[in-house]
This record gives sequence, C-alpha cells and structure tokens, in this order.
Amino acid sequence: MSAPAAALAAPRVGRLSPPALVGGVLLALVVLASVLAPLLASSDPVKPSFSRRLAPPWGLGGTPAHVLGTDNLGRDILARLLHGGRLSLALAAVSVLIAAVVGIVVGLVAGSAGERLDGLLMRAADVQLAFPVIMLAIAIVAVVGTSPGALVGVLALSGWVLYARTVRASVLTIRRLEYVEAAYTLGASDLRIIARHILPNTIAPILVLGSSQFATMVLLESGLSFLGMGIQAPRPSWGLMLAEGRDYLSNAWWLATIPGIAISLVVLGANLLGDGLRDLLDPRR
Amino acid sequence: MKAYVLRRLWQSALTLVGVSVLVFVILRVVPGDPAKMLLPDGAPQSAVDELNRQLGLHEPLHVQYAIFVRSVFRGDFGQSFQYRAPALRVVVDRLGATVQLALAALVITVGVGVSLGVVAAVRRGTGYDYASTVLAVLGQSLPNFWLGIMLILLFGVALRWLPTSGFESWRHLILPAVTLAAFPMALVARLTRSSMLEILGRDFIRTGRAKGLAERAVILRHALRNAAVPLLTVLGLQIGTLLGGAVITESVFAWPGMGKLVVDAIFFRDFPVVQTVLILSATIFVLINLLVDLLYTVIDPRIRYS
Repeated sequence: MSAPAAALAAPRVGRLSPPALVGGVLLALVVLASVLAPLLASSDPVKPSFSRRLAPPWGLGGTPAHVLGTDNLGRDILARLLHGGRLSLALAAVSVLIAAVVGIVVGLVAGSAGERLDGLLMRAADVQLAFPVIMLAIAIVAVVGTSPGALVGVLALSGWVLYARTVRASVLTIRRLEYVEAAYTLGASDLRIIARHILPNTIAPILVLGSSQFATMVLLESGLSFLGMGIQAPRPSWGLMLAEGRDYLSNAWWLATIPGIAISLVVLGANLLGDGLRDLLDPRR
Repeated sequence: MKAYVLRRLWQSALTLVGVSVLVFVILRVVPGDPAKMLLPDGAPQSAVDELNRQLGLHEPLHVQYAIFVRSVFRGDFGQSFQYRAPALRVVVDRLGATVQLALAALVITVGVGVSLGVVAAVRRGTGYDYASTVLAVLGQSLPNFWLGIMLILLFGVALRWLPTSGFESWRHLILPAVTLAAFPMALVARLTRSSMLEILGRDFIRTGRAKGLAERAVILRHALRNAAVPLLTVLGLQIGTLLGGAVITESVFAWPGMGKLVVDAIFFRDFPVVQTVLILSATIFVLINLLVDLLYTVIDPRIRYS
C-alpha cells in the first residue's frame, strides 16, 4: 500500500465492514467495562474469603451474588476479571504508544539520514526480530524484575520494529514524489517536510499496525503473566488467573475458562478492527 | 545472484553479531554484578572473584565482550548450576524435543493452513470460505496457553481420549502440536487464500483453463506453485513464532523441550542456560531465514538477484 493513497483513504474510516464494526464495538465494550471496574464490581478483587471458595457461575449452580463464580480463594471472578482487564489493557495501550513513538522516530531517521545510519538501524531491527519475543521478554524480566514499568519496557521493545520499517518505507517513497521534491527546491527544511508531508501520510498504516499490535501486546502480557513473569499475585491479571485455574481443571473448569474468553474477546476485537482498517485503507481492494 | 548470496551471508553474519551484543548487554551489562547472577545463591566469595576474573569484569566493556564472544565460539556458555553440567549440553539435550514439537506443528501449519486457504479461495464466497475465515480469525485470536488448557479440559479431562502431559508416545504429541500450530496455521490459511485469489485472476490461469487443463492441475500446479514464494517467506519468519510459542506450549503440556527448560531456568535463576537458549534460538532463526531466502532462487527461477 502506498502511503499517500492510504492517507487519501483515511476519511473513509466511517465505512468499516461489519466484522470490523463488531470488533470495534467488542473492544470498546471491554475497555469500557475495565475502566468502570470499580463501579461495576461490587466485591474486592484481592481479599480472599475462604467460606465461599470455588462457587460455580450463576445458572450453573451458583448464585447471582457471584455471576461468574468464585476462585480457589473465594474471590469474585467477575471483579478480578474487570480489575485485571484494567491493568492488562492499560499496560498494552501504553506499550503500543511507546513502541509507536520510538518506531516512528527510528523510521524517520532511517529514511531521512544517510545510508550508513539507515543500514545500522535496519540491522538493529533484524537483531530484534531474530529473538522470539517471549524469550527476550523472559530474559529481560528475569534480570530487571517484574515491575509494571519493566513489563511496559519489554513490550514496547518488542514492538518498535514494525513501525520503524513502515515509516522508513513511506519516507523513502514519499521523498521521491514530485511535490516533495518541489518543496525541497523551494527551500523547505527537513523538519518541515517531515511534519507537513511525510508524517500525515504515514498515519493510516500506523493506525492499522497499532490496532493489530494492541492484540499482540495483550497476548504477550497475559502470556508472561501466565508463566509467572508478568503481573504478580495477588494483583488480578488475566494470564495469572488462567495459570491459577490450571490446578482446578477437573473440579472447577470455569477458573481457567473465563479469563481466557476475556483475552480472546479483546484480541479478536482488536484483530477484526485492524483487518477492517487495513482493507479500508488498502486501495487495491 | 552470487552478489545476492554474498550480501545475505554478510547481513546474517552482522545480525548474529548484533544478537551477541544484545545478549551481552542484557545479561552482562544490565545486571551490574553478573558474576553473582551466574553463580548459584550462596556461592563463596572466592568463586565470585574467580568468575569475575574469568569474565574479565575488571576490564573495560569491549574487552569483556571479546572474552564473551570467544567463549561462545568455543561452545563454552558456562555451567548450568541447576543441572551441574555445561549449559550448552543441557540445552542441546532438550533441543530434540522442541524440534520434534515444532516439526509436528509445522506439518499441521502447512497441511491444514494451505488446504484451508486453497479451498477458501477456490470456493470464494461459499460456506467453505466463511468457515475457513472464521477458523483463521479464531486461530489468531485464541491465546495458545488458553487453547492448550481448553484442549486438555476437553480431550484429557472430559473425554479422556488423549494424554495431557509428558513425552512418551506420538499420542502425547497431538495436543501440544495442535496448540502450537493454531496461530501460524491461521496466518498461513489467510495468506494462502489472498495470494491464491490474486493469482487465480491472472491471465495465465485463464489460458490454462482455455486450453483444457483439468481444474485440479490449474489450481495445484499453476496457481499454488506461484503462491508458494510469499508463503515460504512467512513460514521462515514463523520459525520465531514456533520457537517462542514452544515456551508457552511446553509449559502447559510439561513437554521437556528448550522452552520449558528456559522457563524453569528463570525460576532457578540459571542464567547460563537462559543465555544459551537465547543465543541458540536466535541463531536458528537467522540461519533458517537465510536458507529460505536462498531457496527462493530455486523455487522461482524468475528471481535472479543482480
């Protein structure tokens, strides 16, 4: 997709395909529910209550007091789900933002600066891609610890390459367009050309990337938490809830099932939205 | 062509140098006191001093890096203190199980993914197409640790058809392989569908049909072969997904491979093993992708890199 064409297509965002709309609505609902978690969840997500351990969801033998049942420590699963979502989604969103900013800057520099710096930055991107993300994340978390800050850093580190490559490709294409060369000839500075002509043309593909990457980040964060290297107990986190539920598969299947559905819905929503945006912005379709 | 091969070799070598620098920075520079990290807890001060001397920690960074690279080239990745054996041997011992799992997943990825994609493209707009699209979207959205647990719940706990953990027979391989394959399979299905659709609209396909070729031959010999080049690129890049996915899949199914090893190693703070797994998996990734790039010229004779 050539970037200028994508920018021309940007005003059409209102005409998303039905699956993309479903994805957007799905994502919006989960985000809203997580943001409103303190209002929606009546129970404490962290405080154990051993008298009501492993209660099944409402309608499957449980009570409406705990719609999604309770976990092995008697904590309300809905409350943990909503509060866990807050943390997971916030971490993912911040990581996507940081990755995008870093990637855009690197891409601009690589595309505008000389061949040597470009080569160096693109080799750095190759190095980054050579590691399975989760292994790199595990190694870093093992060294620096499992604070939320470290998690965001690890997630952002895994994400900048895509933006850098996209922006770099756009810069290389756009720089050769006649109107940009004209602007150069008229004496426009590099910064001005970047701000006025190049950045606006890369917004569309970056939006697409961001949407799909949000899904990847949620998967990665919950994967790390699942392995015990992300968010630590007793804080609620979808990946951690899933891991805790593994030991109760034979007598309380909902413990591991419910958080997985939440992760899947978010990832599905972000993927559908990302695909829809891509189709919309791709002039070949 | 020769220049292209040389350039790719050079790039791969540079990437591997970068890999070693990154691992060096993460495990030697960031921790501040790597010798303490590379030794078991409670190691005597004399051992710490000895390792400090071996790693050259009193030397400037570039000398430390040179020492690090030299030991890596000698195959000396340090001693695993969890297993009390050379870290490289510990990791290589587990590599077989991971390769077995990854190959099984690769077979599913290609077999099921390509079939789904071809059927969806040939029967565009029918129920087959929608079913395959839904499968592909789900495959990309279900987290593999959850999918694995749900498969255990269904086939292990409820139906009792398949074993849910361990490494004894081919039946133990089924659930982990399916779990690991789900994501790349979905990707391959979608990519096959879109490149098949593009190719099926080309003139040479119409010519093939017009001259009376069987539809089967048109699709398999002419269309699919042309779709193979982008597929191969994506498959090469999916080696990373498979190696990374193995970390989680092996943990879910207690599969004794490299992924489970590295997770366990973190909990024992067995950094020599972590360092070995990182370097080994990145090297495998770089080499396979180099191979894929060189394979292009064989598969598609039109590609002649000047």
